Amino acid sequence: MMRRLHRWPGLLAAAFLIMLAVSGAILSVFPAAERIASPAAVQGQTVAELAALVLDQHPGAEQIRRSPSGKITVWWFDGGTPGAAVIDPATGQDVASADKSVIRQWLTAFHRSLLLDDAGRMTMAAAAFAMLCLALSGSLLVARRVGGWRKWFSRLRGPLAGRLHTELARLAVVGLGISAITALWMAAATFDLLPVDEANPAFPATVSGQTGVMPSAIPALQETPVADLRELAFPAADDASDVYTLTTSQGTGYLDQGTGALLVWATPGPWARAYEWVYLLHTGEGAALWGLALGLMVLATPALAITGAILWAQGRRGRPRLRGMVAAARAETVILVGSEGGSTWGFAATLARALQAAGQAVHMAPLSSFSPADYIAARRILVLTATWGDGAAPSSAKGGLERLAAARPLADVPLAVLGFGDSSFPDFCGFAVAFEAAARDRGWNLLLPGERIDRQSPQEFARWGRALGQALGLPLELNHQPDTPPVTSLTLISRRNYGEAVQAPAAILRFAVPKAGLWRRLTGRGFGRFRAGDLLGILPQGAAVPRFYSLASCHRDGFVEIAVRKHPGGLCSGQLMALQPGQSVQAFLRPNPAFQPDRGTTPLILIGAGTGIGPLAGFIRAEGGRRPVHLWFGARHPDADLLFGEDLERWSDEGRLTGLRTAFSRSGPRQHVQDALRGDALALRALIARGARIMVCGGRDMARGVQGALNEILAPMDLTLVTLKSEGRYVEDTY
Amino acid sequence: MLAKSFISALVLTTALTVPGLAQARPVTLTVNLSQYGGDGAYLAVYVTDPAGAYAGSLWMAGGKAKYYRHLSDWARFTGENIAEVNGITGASVGAGRSLELSMDLADALFDAGYTLHIDAAVEDMRDSPNEIAVPLTAAGAGQAVAGRQYIADFTYGF
Repeated sequence: MMRRLHRWPGLLAAAFLIMLAVSGAILSVFPAAERIASPAAVQGQTVAELAALVLDQHPGAEQIRRSPSGKITVWWFDGGTPGAAVIDPATGQDVASADKSVIRQWLTAFHRSLLLDDAGRMTMAAAAFAMLCLALSGSLLVARRVGGWRKWFSRLRGPLAGRLHTELARLAVVGLGISAITALWMAAATFDLLPVDEANPAFPATVSGQTGVMPSAIPALQETPVADLRELAFPAADDASDVYTLTTSQGTGYLDQGTGALLVWATPGPWARAYEWVYLLHTGEGAALWGLALGLMVLATPALAITGAILWAQGRRGRPRLRGMVAAARAETVILVGSEGGSTWGFAATLARALQAAGQAVHMAPLSSFSPADYIAARRILVLTATWGDGAAPSSAKGGLERLAAARPLADVPLAVLGFGDSSFPDFCGFAVAFEAAARDRGWNLLLPGERIDRQSPQEFARWGRALGQALGLPLELNHQPDTPPVTSLTLISRRNYGEAVQAPAAILRFAVPKAGLWRRLTGRGFGRFRAGDLLGILPQGAAVPRFYSLASCHRDGFVEIAVRKHPGGLCSGQLMALQPGQSVQAFLRPNPAFQPDRGTTPLILIGAGTGIGPLAGFIRAEGGRRPVHLWFGARHPDADLLFGEDLERWSDEGRLTGLRTAFSRSGPRQHVQDALRGDALALRALIARGARIMVCGGRDMARGVQGALNEILAPMDLTLVTLKSEGRYVEDTY
Repeated sequence: MLAKSFISALVLTTALTVPGLAQARPVTLTVNLSQYGGDGAYLAVYVTDPAGAYAGSLWMAGGKAKYYRHLSDWARFTGENIAEVNGITGASVGAGRSLELSMDLADALFDAGYTLHIDAAVEDMRDSPNEIAVPLTAAGAGQAVAGRQYIADFTYGF
């Protein structure tokens, strides 16, 4: 919701916001330039002294104005010709032209009205309103992203466009918000929407009728320092009924030109005072440095617009276009999709096309937009969803469960849920299962019993399609070949072999980083930017489905590294184990933000076995030295399969690895890593008490063993893994 | 831009609408602005009686009442009463442009000591009250009067 509130005003107003921001940023320079160029003020000078100097130079002076920056301008009428100049308050002499530069005038008019008068003013005010909405919704999004207002300036991670967008926004948002609010205030004043209470004294009914008192002899002018002056207007030369009009920061009054008496004085009301502050905050006139700072902040707008548009395009990517899709209200079949990486969208599109071919009117949308009240013509709703992490909603299904709980079920519209996931994970299709259970509880009818598709199996999907077809009385043949992201060729530079001696061959493979263009770096696609713990998808020859390996390196390391163990009969691991330097594989990257070290400086407890050491080694490279890093590592035999053995030794020497504990199942005391943990319970408790974060990587059996050991270790501390998990202090990546 | 307005009736305030006013003549007022290099000018066109007292307004060029205080003589005479220019308000006039007004003015205003005034003001520039002050006479018709700040010249004609 907040995201949409942020996205649409942004995209719609982007062009106007860029024009506003660029013109505003340029304008912000003028007050500073004026400040530098203006002659210095004279300490303690009074208006009476200044007026005397001015009259010496220009006997026909009509007006003296002091701008907030301190610039003093005089207008006069000498010998029938009007004149004006900026003067030096020390001498009263002209020093510069009084005219505003043509560029500044043009920019000002452009900035506030696009040179289109009131229609333009309203347009720009609307743009300012959009900017305010963006600043507010953006702040909430940033706070949500970094995990609270207090972490406003914490380090960011993720693809470059998203980081740049957030990075710039959190620096600039104050300026953008203030600019927008003050702009709206000024626009409201221009359109007479605010109360007017400027100091505006009634002209005195009677004056002395005399003339001739010199300004230097008028007490009110003698008492007013120039620093307080706004304007002094002299009486018209031939009009004895006219008066001196003095405006200061305190108010406005009329002075008799014959006696010098103060005839009437008025002070501005709160609205007028507020307007002065608003004007200062918006223009920087009178606060040149603030103006420059504001201009700089506002200058972030074009970059924000561009990166924002990139982010929006990224969000749309992976979501296939469905030709002939009808509106939600007209669809007979509504397909709702919960997808994280985009593969579920692919399945949904295949389903949608098959239904269209069978003559159905189909609407396809993210599950997060679930709104049954709109599905007026629907005969059925099909939910296809993946699961993220431990049963959580994938990104395009965020909020879907809440909407299901809030909406009234449609009595004649049955629903079917198809889950996508990996059966090797404990909570297989957890979100799909939860969604179906919630739907049943709410009173929805189910069209089909819930099904789960394991590892993108086209066969299982086709089988489900046939069952669906039967239920609908339609012939439905779903032939889906999962798309993989565009693959890149990765060339092996070196390999280190392990485990031959214990009949468990494994290897650390190091590939060269393929060249990535600026666009890919900006959008975070391809190999422009990756972190240890991210997943490398490898497409083995002769197979359509990729296999995933955790990365042991980040882009700063300058290479792509993975640890592989040969599985008996494994197609991909077999090909990788046979790979020689110079040869290459087809691969792509998949970010894995759930398995990353946090940004803190508390100790890191890394626990792994076998090739699970891969990402952990990467974390030691990236985090070691920045915070204490402790590794518990299980292998079979120290001489056979201690992956990264020599590196671990070096990292210990260098201080990157604070503590190292190994456990060998076929050597010495024959321990598993969980046994080693139990032995080090005291040390672990001390680390956990210091706020340590635990990261586990390895096979599922090992992970289960580690969980058991850790729960035993935590018990005396009144802690459980569940608590640690909920605090984000326990994460695992298992296979 | 030629701001043109046809005012079918005498537009002075009721104080002036005395008998004999039935005799009115169509009058054209032309204000040519100079290239003063600023935003659009606000202009107040009004008349004072032989005693120098405010008699009524003929036209207000400029739509935002909060700036009327800068037309300082007019503001002084009227107390910035917007009702004085109700229905006779138009857009401000850009530098170098002309304002042409057509209206019926009572014969009684001519050759009777009445004076037509124009106050002018431009944002961020000096206020110019009473920039034009020209006696209304039959003989003066068609004779251009120069302004001193923003108005290049002013002419009224029958």
